[in-house]
Amino acid sequence: MMQMLCGGCAGLPVAWVAPFAAGFLSAPVGVAHYLVVGAILFTAGVVCMVVKRNALGVLMGIELVLNGANVNFVAFSSPGLRGEGAGALGLDGQAIALFVILLAAAEAAVALAITLNFYNNHATVDVDRADELKG
Amino acid sequence: MDLASQLPLLLGLAWLSPLASFVAILFFGPRMGHHGKNAAWVATTAIVASFGLSLAAFGTWLGSHPVVAVDHGGHGDAGGHAAVSGDAAHDAGDHGQRGHGEAGHGEATHGTHAGRVPAAYAGDWYTLYRGGSLRLSIGWYIDALTVLMFVVVTFIATCIHVYASGYMHDELHEVTDHEVHLSSGGHLHRPGRFPRFFQALSLFCFSMLGIVIAGNLAMVFIFWELVGICSWFLIGFYYERMSASTAANKAFIVNRVGDFGMLIGLMALWGALGTLHFADAPPTAGGTPAPGLFSLVRPAASGHSLQVPDGMVKFAAADEIAAIAARRGAAPGGDGGEIAGRIAGWREMGYGRWLLFIAGVGIFCGCVGKSAQFPLFVWLPDAMEGPTPVSALVHSATMVAAGVYLVGRFYPVLTPEVLLVIAIIGGITLFIAATIALVANDIKRVLAYSTVSQLGYMMLALGVGGWAAGLFHLVTHAFFKSLLFLCSGSVIHACHTNDMRKMGGLARVMPWTAGTMLVGCLAIIGAGVPFVVGLSGYYSKDAILAQALSYSQANPSWSVLFYAVAGGAFLTAFYMFRLWFMTFAGQPRDHHVFEHAHESPRVMVAPLVVLSVLAVIAGWTLPGGFGLPNLLEQARPIGTESTVTGESFFGAITVPAEHESHEGTIHVIATLTAFCTATAGVLLAAAMYLWRLVSPESVAGALRPVYTFLANRWYFDELYDAVFVQPALGIAKLASGTDKGVIDRIIDGIAWSARQLAGIDAWIDRTIVDGLVNATAAATWKAGMELKKLQTGRLRQYVMFIVIGTVALFVLASMLFRSTLAG
Repeated sequence: MMQMLCGGCAGLPVAWVAPFAAGFLSAPVGVAHYLVVGAILFTAGVVCMVVKRNALGVLMGIELVLNGANVNFVAFSSPGLRGEGAGALGLDGQAIALFVILLAAAEAAVALAITLNFYNNHATVDVDRADELKG
Repeated sequence: MDLASQLPLLLGLAWLSPLASFVAILFFGPRMGHHGKNAAWVATTAIVASFGLSLAAFGTWLGSHPVVAVDHGGHGDAGGHAAVSGDAAHDAGDHGQRGHGEAGHGEATHGTHAGRVPAAYAGDWYTLYRGGSLRLSIGWYIDALTVLMFVVVTFIATCIHVYASGYMHDELHEVTDHEVHLSSGGHLHRPGRFPRFFQALSLFCFSMLGIVIAGNLAMVFIFWELVGICSWFLIGFYYERMSASTAANKAFIVNRVGDFGMLIGLMALWGALGTLHFADAPPTAGGTPAPGLFSLVRPAASGHSLQVPDGMVKFAAADEIAAIAARRGAAPGGDGGEIAGRIAGWREMGYGRWLLFIAGVGIFCGCVGKSAQFPLFVWLPDAMEGPTPVSALVHSATMVAAGVYLVGRFYPVLTPEVLLVIAIIGGITLFIAATIALVANDIKRVLAYSTVSQLGYMMLALGVGGWAAGLFHLVTHAFFKSLLFLCSGSVIHACHTNDMRKMGGLARVMPWTAGTMLVGCLAIIGAGVPFVVGLSGYYSKDAILAQALSYSQANPSWSVLFYAVAGGAFLTAFYMFRLWFMTFAGQPRDHHVFEHAHESPRVMVAPLVVLSVLAVIAGWTLPGGFGLPNLLEQARPIGTESTVTGESFFGAITVPAEHESHEGTIHVIATLTAFCTATAGVLLAAAMYLWRLVSPESVAGALRPVYTFLANRWYFDELYDAVFVQPALGIAKLASGTDKGVIDRIIDGIAWSARQLAGIDAWIDRTIVDGLVNATAAATWKAGMELKKLQTGRLRQYVMFIVIGTVALFVLASMLFRSTLAG
């Protein structure tokens, strides 16, 4: 995990990362850990969106990005972070995550429909070929 | 129905009937039969109806005012007159309409000779405006003169309508006017204007009858102007001819000159007296009736003798009244009767006399224009450019008669000075016109100048106190002059020329025309067997001569008026018979003309015969007293029965009573003078043109300067041209030069500088304002073109941009807000 982190951010000074990483890995699982997972998911999604030429791959990247965000929502909704507000149910993060999932489903349906139409017209799903709206 | 409501009804309908015809022809004329042929029927029917109604009114009048011989026996014998007027006033008084006298009036004036009040009915149909003491209304003033004029005007108009329906038949189809030369060398072709002619003729009759029936001067003025505009239509009927349109304009403009004087007279009367009505207003409930002009100038209180009305005295004494008001220091009404008490004294001092004089002369100015008196007679001979029936109508019964009629109607207001002015103007007119007629060669022009001369007779007669004589001559002249004009029209119709030098011997081919025209000539010169019987002119002319003689005996310094009348009678006889001999007698001078001459159609001859009968009998007085003079006596203006002597601006003037001229010696002298002068004139004409004892050419040669002077009509046209027309044109040229040279230049300069300024403005607009806007647009465009390159259309690149942008934002935020984040 450390290697992977350090490999992912090779440009960062080791002196800055090392004490942070040591404490982080030895600490009990908290919000920060969730956030790291969310960030990794998010970054993976973005990279996927950037490097994939296949429209379906791009869509998958989007799913990753959205789920990275969902992890964050859920993490911020943990009892350790939220205040003891009167009447609060403590499920805000989860509720928003559910909304995001719902929207992701809808978005996926629309995006797939667009992709299918694009395929029908161009016999390909290469997003680089979809440059008709360029200025 | 009684007389007071019957007469206005009958005469009002007679008056409006030609108006109905005018309106009908105006709107439907061209659709009345082929080329509007039936318009003649419509107009003729209307005027015949008018004539019928006038006759009915005449009969009604005679029923209650039988014409009897007027006995002038002795002074102070007014019983007969008072009875007549008393009856009339009784009729009138019963029905709220009022005659000129009231019932009590007639009684009160029984004993005084000057107190005879003529029977008259006055009232208003419609009030146009009422404000203060001024009433402007459409009303009537009917007396024997009105009724007589209605009959005469409508009768002559009827004859002329019938005649014109034959004379104007050329207008029923396309007309080629041979007197209009087009620039292309040909003659003018135009559609016929038959309905238009009868339309104008109807309007003319309506206007003339309006003057005759008018109950106030404002209404007279309205119809006065209507007559003017109708004469303009009719004289300019052949308006394509330069001469005709010029003559129409001349008639109109010259009449305006006279009407300007008339306006001054109207203003003098209205300003000082506040009323323009002839008769007193009908009594209103609870109010005292407003007195009319006649009773203001000749109040019953002073026995109907002329005096300057209070209003005029006050008007002239405005300074004194202001002084009294200032002294009293009270409201104008609160002078305690001082002003009223002093009016009589002021009147003695002559206050307001000038105003009355100006009022009279002003009204007479209008009559000078309409009745073609010196110095405004120049329009009438030119008016011959109209069709001949128009000449006959204008010169006998309508337009020119209007002036004489108005003087007759307005007579009670005229002071002896005004009468003297009228007499002098009349004398000058009759002499000048008669001399011009001596040498004229155009048959219609001879008649035109003869008309002017005869109008001078009438004016002179009125001026010397011969009220009945002047109007008697107006009526008889209407008959024989319309006859003469229609005869001349018949001749022109046959010969197609107006020039008498091309005629001669026409009696053989046109016996009816020649015969009727001879009757007309005899009537106009006053032919008759002295003291026995004569044609109509014999009576009227004798009356004028007698009155002029009576006047010159009373005023020896003005005896020239009698010589003018006597000399005029000689000249009249000469030029009328010169005309007849040149036209009908002797040998034909131009065989081409003679061979084409023929008698006119029956529709044209019939009016000639009818008129010639009337020209003979119009002056007769039947046994029992029925006749025009006695009829006119019924309308004799108040206060003119007796001789009046008065101081005036011209020294003492005596206006002799008219009945004195019927007495013994004066009448005998007048009759013999008339007979001798007329006979001499006829004999001279016969010697020169029939028997050829004296050659007219040698006479003209011997009197070359005189002949030239007369042939050029005393150079009046040239004089007016030099004195009025050319200066007016000069001023007009000056004005137009100023307009073009100065005003237009200034305006052009302003326009030029505005244009230059606009040029500069345009440059600023195009270069600076537009430049700025364009530069902005260009920069925006360029930026857009540059930014367009970012829009690659490649999805993955966009994602990269988002990522890089987000990262950049984070880095930027963390660097900028490091302290915040750290905190």
